[in-house]
Amino acid sequence: MKIGEHDWHLEPLGNHIWRGRMEAGQLLALAREVKEEGGQLIALWGSDNRHLGRGFAVHAALLTSAGLAWVTCALPEDEPAYPDLAHIFPQADRMQRATFDLLGITATDAVDDRKWLRHGAWLADVFPLRRDFDASQPATHDTDAYPFIRVEGDGVHEIPVGPIHAGTIEPGHFRFSIIGERVLKLEQRLGYTHKGTEKRFEGMDLATGAKLAGRVSGDSHSAYAWAYCMAVETATASEAPPRAVWLRALFLEIERIANHLGDLGYLGNDVALAFGFTHFWRLKEDWLRLTAKLFGHRYLFDCIVPGGVARDISDSGRAELAAEADRIEAEVRSLKAIYDDHATLQDRFANTGVCKPALAAKLGLTGLAGRASAQAWDARAQFPQAPYDQLDVSMATQRRGDVLARAEVRFSEITESMRLIRDLLARLPAGDIHAPLTPVQDVCEGLGWVEGWRGEVLVAVRIGADGTLDRVHPHDPSWQNWPLLEVGILGNIVPDFPLINKSFNLSYSGQDL
Amino acid sequence: MATHLILQKIFKTGFVSEPAPQADSSLRTREQALHADILKVFGQSVSIRHVDAGSCNGCELEIHAINGPHYNIEGMGVKFVASPRHADVLLVTGPVSRNLEVALKRTFDATPEPKWVIAMGDCGCTGGMFGESYASCGKISNVIPVDVEVPGCPPTPIALLQGILAAVSQDKKTAS
Repeated sequence: MKIGEHDWHLEPLGNHIWRGRMEAGQLLALAREVKEEGGQLIALWGSDNRHLGRGFAVHAALLTSAGLAWVTCALPEDEPAYPDLAHIFPQADRMQRATFDLLGITATDAVDDRKWLRHGAWLADVFPLRRDFDASQPATHDTDAYPFIRVEGDGVHEIPVGPIHAGTIEPGHFRFSIIGERVLKLEQRLGYTHKGTEKRFEGMDLATGAKLAGRVSGDSHSAYAWAYCMAVETATASEAPPRAVWLRALFLEIERIANHLGDLGYLGNDVALAFGFTHFWRLKEDWLRLTAKLFGHRYLFDCIVPGGVARDISDSGRAELAAEADRIEAEVRSLKAIYDDHATLQDRFANTGVCKPALAAKLGLTGLAGRASAQAWDARAQFPQAPYDQLDVSMATQRRGDVLARAEVRFSEITESMRLIRDLLARLPAGDIHAPLTPVQDVCEGLGWVEGWRGEVLVAVRIGADGTLDRVHPHDPSWQNWPLLEVGILGNIVPDFPLINKSFNLSYSGQDL
Repeated sequence: MATHLILQKIFKTGFVSEPAPQADSSLRTREQALHADILKVFGQSVSIRHVDAGSCNGCELEIHAINGPHYNIEGMGVKFVASPRHADVLLVTGPVSRNLEVALKRTFDATPEPKWVIAMGDCGCTGGMFGESYASCGKISNVIPVDVEVPGCPPTPIALLQGILAAVSQDKKTAS
């Protein structure tokens, strides 16, 4: 596959997914060429391959004009290191720091080498994702002494917020440096919900792995479960039956609508329009109840399994879901008319939390927040996996990059997802919903790539010769988008932070792992 | 203009909160029992502080859901508050990540007596899929005392409301 001037000898791994291996030195050149052609770094992670006789490795997933390129560089057992990518793709920064915390693999010449996922739970010189990590070692219980960057000057002061927040949201620490009400700097400290998810996958059977993958970030259950299953099916050269694949897309769109409805309600709530909260959450609850009635779970947990899906839909269920899609879409349209007309709401939404397109491109803003800042990427539209290759998804984009744009993208995506649901229901292929996986003969690997409601979810899987999971890396789009929240808040007033934060609605658990 | 549309929507939608007068509704029985217990124990209402101690955010989806119009929890005297210092009940989710162990203990200490702790979800009750590891302390009761456990992944809104009922209706002195 050619990127820029060079052929990088990448082999097709799946639909629009490419696989390559190279020297660590070449990674830098590849990253530069991807950047030059307008691509992005999606994920960076490491693995301990010493039990396979291959030292360590660093992996990068790059979004290119031809699809997703998953490249791996083997690294030596002693002092494994690779060249810093954050000076080309700033979104690499936290991923590189996490890779060091978990595996002791260093990004050479990185500007920021502070810890990221490690707080006080393990010592600086042990690495939990190494195969020889001693899990019985006592936790340090040290207080997390994290070196925040301080802003100094007359009248500047700090507001520390979290990790326990005032609302029902996930835990993280936000350090605001402010003057008056204006925010001069925001620095995030995440990693509080780090619960050893990647380590947990090691040695797990493939079916249980799907359940755990779905719980990396509960609000994106179907996206993760599908990405995981796609990876496992690629690795084992298995195929889920067409009906199962179409049902997976149905589940993913149901999940997208549920989350967008909830977010639009909270966005209203955060500008004191409780009416908006009440009505969007009424619709969300109706939607969840129907989901539970049709598929046995309000959030479709464990409906996607390796080899297919665990739940089918009856003909009467199809009619019921299509009718509910029509009703909710009409209600959303009437609520949008109110949001569009509401002066206070528009005033609070517009020009708040702005991420301009150029900055969004530079920092790698992705997913729905990216599309609100003119980053026109949607894997369902450009690099569709089945069944999206037959659905002609229309992508929602905005250029303003403010809270209003992120709300508008959600409105557009609800309409499009409702259309997709009707289309999926009308053209649902007949047949089985599950096929057994081909038994594993040897070490094998695969990658899943799914456009979840928040952005692209990636799951990389390596299965050992014994058929159990050897290494699983789930990647959440929140990795790239959290740093943009730090930028989007600049110059805004502190009371607008909850609104801006909600307009991104990023996952803590998904990036903390 | 927006006001006109808002009023139209409000009147057209009517009340969606689960109706109290349905005699055979099991939900209603619980609501009434809950209300009576809350009156007995707290006089007026119960204040809940939610603490995410390492959850996957699945349980949080249902905590948001019970704050929606179908459940009318404020009408029952249940209110979510912003600080543990204002709370009667801590509703804790997740396996407790080691990175949040200290924060959870401090939150518990900051909650005035009498206080109740509800562990929500399979992870909160048993450690769930994440269990105990270098990064996870497992179930909530490994870190702070728990009064009520509400299993489920995540527990449904009704199960959650039942758990809140169980917490406030329990005579703590007899229980301990």
